[in-house]
Amino acid sequence: MFVSPDVSGATDAAASEPILSLSGITKTFPGVRALSDVSLELYPGQVTALVGENGAGKSTIVKVLTGIYRPDEGTISVDGQETRFPTARAASDAGITAIHQETVLFDELTVAENIFLGHAPRGRRGLIDWATMRRQASEILDRVGAEIDPSVLLKDLGIANKHLVAISRALSIDARVVIMDEPTASLSQKEIEELYELVEKLKADGKAILFISHKFDEIFRIADRYTVFRDGQHVGAGLMADITEDDLVRLMVGRSVDAIFPERSANPGDEILKVDGYCHPTEFDDISFDLRRGEILGFYGLVGAGRSEVMQALFGITRPSAGTVHVDGAPVEIHSTAAAVEAGIVYVPEDRGKQGAIIGLPIFQNVTLPSLSRTSRNGFIRLAEEFELTRKYTERLDLRAAALDQDVGNLSGGNQQKVVIAKWLATEPKIIILDEPTKGIDIGSKAAVHAFTAELAAQGLAVIMVSSEIPEVLGMSDRVIVMREGRMAAELSGDQMTPETLVRHAAGISEGRS
Amino acid sequence: MIAQFVKSREALLLAAIALLLALIASRFPSFVSPGNLVAVFNDTSTLILLALGQMVVILTRCIDLSVAANLALTGMVVAMLNTVAPGVPIVAILLIALTLGAVMGAINGLLVWKLEIPPIVVTLGTMTIYRGIIFLISGGEWINAHEMSDAFKQFPRAVVLGLPMLSWCAIFAVAAFVVLVNRTALGRAFFAVGGNPRAAVYTGIDVGRTQFFAFTLSGTLAGLTGYLWVSRFAVAYVDIAGGFELTVVAACVIGGISIAGGVGSVAGAVLGALFLGVINNALPVVNISPFWQLAISGAAIIVAVALNAQSSRTKGRVILKTAEQTA
Repeated sequence: MFVSPDVSGATDAAASEPILSLSGITKTFPGVRALSDVSLELYPGQVTALVGENGAGKSTIVKVLTGIYRPDEGTISVDGQETRFPTARAASDAGITAIHQETVLFDELTVAENIFLGHAPRGRRGLIDWATMRRQASEILDRVGAEIDPSVLLKDLGIANKHLVAISRALSIDARVVIMDEPTASLSQKEIEELYELVEKLKADGKAILFISHKFDEIFRIADRYTVFRDGQHVGAGLMADITEDDLVRLMVGRSVDAIFPERSANPGDEILKVDGYCHPTEFDDISFDLRRGEILGFYGLVGAGRSEVMQALFGITRPSAGTVHVDGAPVEIHSTAAAVEAGIVYVPEDRGKQGAIIGLPIFQNVTLPSLSRTSRNGFIRLAEEFELTRKYTERLDLRAAALDQDVGNLSGGNQQKVVIAKWLATEPKIIILDEPTKGIDIGSKAAVHAFTAELAAQGLAVIMVSSEIPEVLGMSDRVIVMREGRMAAELSGDQMTPETLVRHAAGISEGRS
Repeated sequence: MIAQFVKSREALLLAAIALLLALIASRFPSFVSPGNLVAVFNDTSTLILLALGQMVVILTRCIDLSVAANLALTGMVVAMLNTVAPGVPIVAILLIALTLGAVMGAINGLLVWKLEIPPIVVTLGTMTIYRGIIFLISGGEWINAHEMSDAFKQFPRAVVLGLPMLSWCAIFAVAAFVVLVNRTALGRAFFAVGGNPRAAVYTGIDVGRTQFFAFTLSGTLAGLTGYLWVSRFAVAYVDIAGGFELTVVAACVIGGISIAGGVGSVAGAVLGALFLGVINNALPVVNISPFWQLAISGAAIIVAVALNAQSSRTKGRVILKTAEQTA
């Protein structure tokens, strides 16, 4: 069932022909075009790095490759033969396997069971042949150089060994294409080195490897080819040997930023928020910044840089281990969400579905939820005042809804976002934190959210905007703080705010640090 | 407004009850006489009281399996008190029953809130413990009608404006719950906590605390029902209302209270209880065996849940789309 050693002899000859090629792939979701006419080719015995900003379409293409999404247009060819992946099983049968950021394995099963789940060797009566399974599992584990007993439970392994099990699983199904999505994100330096060795082994075995990473040093170290996506489009591909770091950064971000953002006269007032030495045991360290009335402060960084975690601490969702917060010059103790709201800090979370709108409650009940004390008399809610409050703020946001007692679940993503923002504006905050405010919403709603954010700042509200979209951060913010691995990598303002500096600081590229 | 109501779950249930009554009336017209309908409502009052409490618990994504045991323990305590001190006024008895029930509900709530034990486990445990305590305090003895004072036994039967006090208790509780659920911040929090717990946290609502209040309310009503039950049937023993917690959950489920939390109404819980009440009272009249009675109740639960699943399906699709989009 797994690759025999003699395959490597054939790889050199086949190197010029891709194992897998995608062309003209388009995938749209309601209101969003995630991929637009992209192509991707993977060659045997070579590592292709897929590079792009957050939201460039990398995860979407992985889902197309593994049969989770079906593309609207375009062709997938394996060995030059056009094919389709209607199910995840079909992709796996074609020899494509993905090792995800969070490996998809089963904690309560043994290593051997994890490796062979779904294709366990069968005995004569159709029952699982445990002895063969364990023997084959240890053979595969030997091949990846893992010293793991196949009969231990997966949950007893460390993260690096779990990766090895995932890779062993890939080998057991005779995978020819291995997709590694940020495989080093949670590994130590020593484990990363071991992973690189393993990638070399896979290359020698003739596997085609798609390597997704934000870390430029590792891309330049192990990749043979690169493909760059930007905003769901294919913007370049070639050999690593032919490109410099600077050119790759330029390909990733290259575009003009000035286009669509509202005009703002940067005229910040008094300091309203001061965060000093904010620390968290695991998520972030030594975060200090200040914020003025009428200012928009951008927070940029890669996914997992700790931006949202800082904001959640400021909003009382998690507790920081050290540091102080001053609002309007007075120290505040944020021990709960209610305390944050009391202090005038509100947070519009990133994941509307899970953290924002309460699907099932009508619009007005969503909006008034944190303001019920103001719409009540003697402890009883007054419907008329609820509607009045809701109307006041939803009209300012230009909410499109049939009626205010309509279920939030029936609104579009952009309008749900407006309901969540209206909810917080109704508490009359001093500081509003917008976490990825335009993620996953259509262009029209994006422009409305941008215009409104600018208007809020103009009215004297202090705004923190966490965003992974470089044009949005640069187009909207007066200053930008770049975070990397839980720390502040840079604070940029004025002329320093360019796409290149943002990416450099976020990815930790050493040269050109300001 | 009217069009919305016609399409609602409550209207469907009301129609089902009307149809059921019409069917029975076609063979046994006396069943729908005003006097008998009052008797049916009065008989269902205990179920309505418990279903109201269970409703708010289920709204917060929990379940309270201890209501029947709470009822039985409170009933035993007030009955024993009555035998020892027959002079204690009914008002005091009612206050004791409400308080004792509230304490038992609060114990459930605290275990769920502070120790974060799954509600089904907590209430399964306290259910057994409360029953065990009845045995300990009563020594397994029954307290019979002749040991109870007349005032004690008369309260639920006293007729005011054509209805017995038992029915009035249910009606007052329903009115109070309509206001609580629709017009107070706590009522709103029940829906928010069950509809989207994470979003509730982000809105400044304490999920565990809200669940604690739901359990306390449920326990309070169970305590009240404990006195009403024991005085109405004029008997108290270890096993009264055994298994009744499942009937209560069934009434809620039939009434369209989503077991996944966040969806439901007072009207739904009341109609669900009435539906079961009509069936339980009608079947003996129509001379159908008690075994069929159980089967029919069971079928009603499955039909109700299937209908609810159907009506929420379109909603589910919308949620999935947005989730995929942001993924």
